[in-house]
Amino acid sequence: MGTITFVEHDGTEHSADLEAGKSLMQIVLDHGIPGIDADCGGECACGTCHVILDAKWIAQVGTASASELQMLDLTLEKTNTSRLACQVKVSNDMNGMRVQLPEYQM
Amino acid sequence: MTQFETVLNKVKNEASNRLSPFIPMDMQVKGVHLFKRTKRFITQKDYFPEFVEQPIPDVSTVDLKDIDLSNPFLFRQHQWNSYSKRLRDECPVHYQANSPFGPFWSITRYKDIVFVDKNYELFSAEPLILIGTAPIDVETFIAMDPPKHDERRKAVQDVVAPKNLKEMESLIRERTSEVLDSLPIGQPFDWVHTVSIELTARMLATLLDFPYEDRLKLVYWSDLFSSSPQSTGGDKDLDESFVGVADMAKHFVALWHDKAARLAAGETAGFDLITLMQSSDATRDLIKRPMEYLGNLALLIVGGNDTTRNSMSGGVLALHQFPEQFAKLKENPSLIPNMVSEIIRWQTPLAYMRRVAKQDVMLNGQFIREGDKVVMWYASGNLDERAIDRPEEFIIDRKDARNHLSFGFGVHRCMGNRLAEMQLRILWEEILNRFDRLEVVAEPEIVQSNFVRGYSKLMVKLTAKTSA
Repeated sequence: MGTITFVEHDGTEHSADLEAGKSLMQIVLDHGIPGIDADCGGECACGTCHVILDAKWIAQVGTASASELQMLDLTLEKTNTSRLACQVKVSNDMNGMRVQLPEYQM
Repeated sequence: MTQFETVLNKVKNEASNRLSPFIPMDMQVKGVHLFKRTKRFITQKDYFPEFVEQPIPDVSTVDLKDIDLSNPFLFRQHQWNSYSKRLRDECPVHYQANSPFGPFWSITRYKDIVFVDKNYELFSAEPLILIGTAPIDVETFIAMDPPKHDERRKAVQDVVAPKNLKEMESLIRERTSEVLDSLPIGQPFDWVHTVSIELTARMLATLLDFPYEDRLKLVYWSDLFSSSPQSTGGDKDLDESFVGVADMAKHFVALWHDKAARLAAGETAGFDLITLMQSSDATRDLIKRPMEYLGNLALLIVGGNDTTRNSMSGGVLALHQFPEQFAKLKENPSLIPNMVSEIIRWQTPLAYMRRVAKQDVMLNGQFIREGDKVVMWYASGNLDERAIDRPEEFIIDRKDARNHLSFGFGVHRCMGNRLAEMQLRILWEEILNRFDRLEVVAEPEIVQSNFVRGYSKLMVKLTAKTSA
């Protein structure tokens, strides 16, 4: 149980219920939160579900795999704490996590 | 290829590599052309057999093994849907042993296409992404694998960065409005030339800061790259292609030096590709690597050329064939962005991308051998009802419209996709401001190609919007 907060580029916040086992991408889509496109439907193949996490959450969430990094490298707003939302599986210890949505998707 | 030809090619490549840094690019192209003409003369073998159109039989009368999706007349003869469907249903990973382009595998289902596209370690984009062979070897990153691909792409992708697109938006809208305002009302005209080609040419000229009055040259050169018989079953004469490419090389070299001089003289840096290349460490000296320079430009003008053009034409045709969708659109213009994705799916401007297996691979029960050509038929995957609901229907408010295959997936995913979407969105916004009806008044003329799904003529009659 818990909440994840998604923050748009302009600061608008959206709260979503934490549902363990779902991908971050799926949670965003299910709640109709704008800011990701998920064009490949979660296959780590389009780079359009790019999100930015706080450094402290990366410890919990983990770093990107090699194939994920490859797609992330092609995005323009990539940071050290960037992930593809489709590759992040939500777990209960992510309660209170804030996820930054970039201004653009590739 | 005979042993003699192998030797000839080896000599040519050696000479080319040694002389490259010293000989102007257009001379190099002329050199290759001369080589090919000489070879044709000596070996008495024509470049490549010309494709002659024959009526294509109903797919139900053809043996499975004889189905050949590389036939450049399938789309023109409205046979694409039934042919690709039979393969999707009966043989989703299909080997055609005897095509004019040699043997190749056809991958026709959505899911399998995504698998191939994603797995560049198994399926290489080298040496070429067209089914056939290239008349002239240009270095483009669309036909490279990581890590080289990634370096080359990252060097130029800022030209279509969202920030850049924002800068371009008002210019695109201005030009679109100008063209639409000039259209005749109530009289048929060719939408392809008057709107699709004209707007695309203007866009390309902006992207390169190319002389505006010569913009149609960009379109002409782009068409040469994807229209030779040996590459895609097209109908462009090879001699003409070479002359065109040499001319293009000459212009692009001049463009580089002209831009460098202007920037040195204090002109404000713009958002065009050449400025971008000259301001980035990775590409500052690109002019010294002529084949790479030419390749990047060729890729960007080809990428932005007939794809956008045929989506512009295709959207008009789709809405004409599905009038209730046009009614829906007029009632709810906020559907435009979703419709743009649906247009790109429905048209699938580029039918496929080709790969080569880097190792033996099992796919959907078939054994693909290392070295085999593997063709991802986007135009089939986009019709796969296993992934897309009622795929033959044009539905502007379709859910998951953005999931189409037309831009590809994986590291090669089209880098111009947002620019294409923006051009189409602006086009339809401005159309809805002006016209109440776009009627297609004759059968469209369709291009001969197994790669480009396009229109060479689309006669349209417009009805002006009556002020509400």
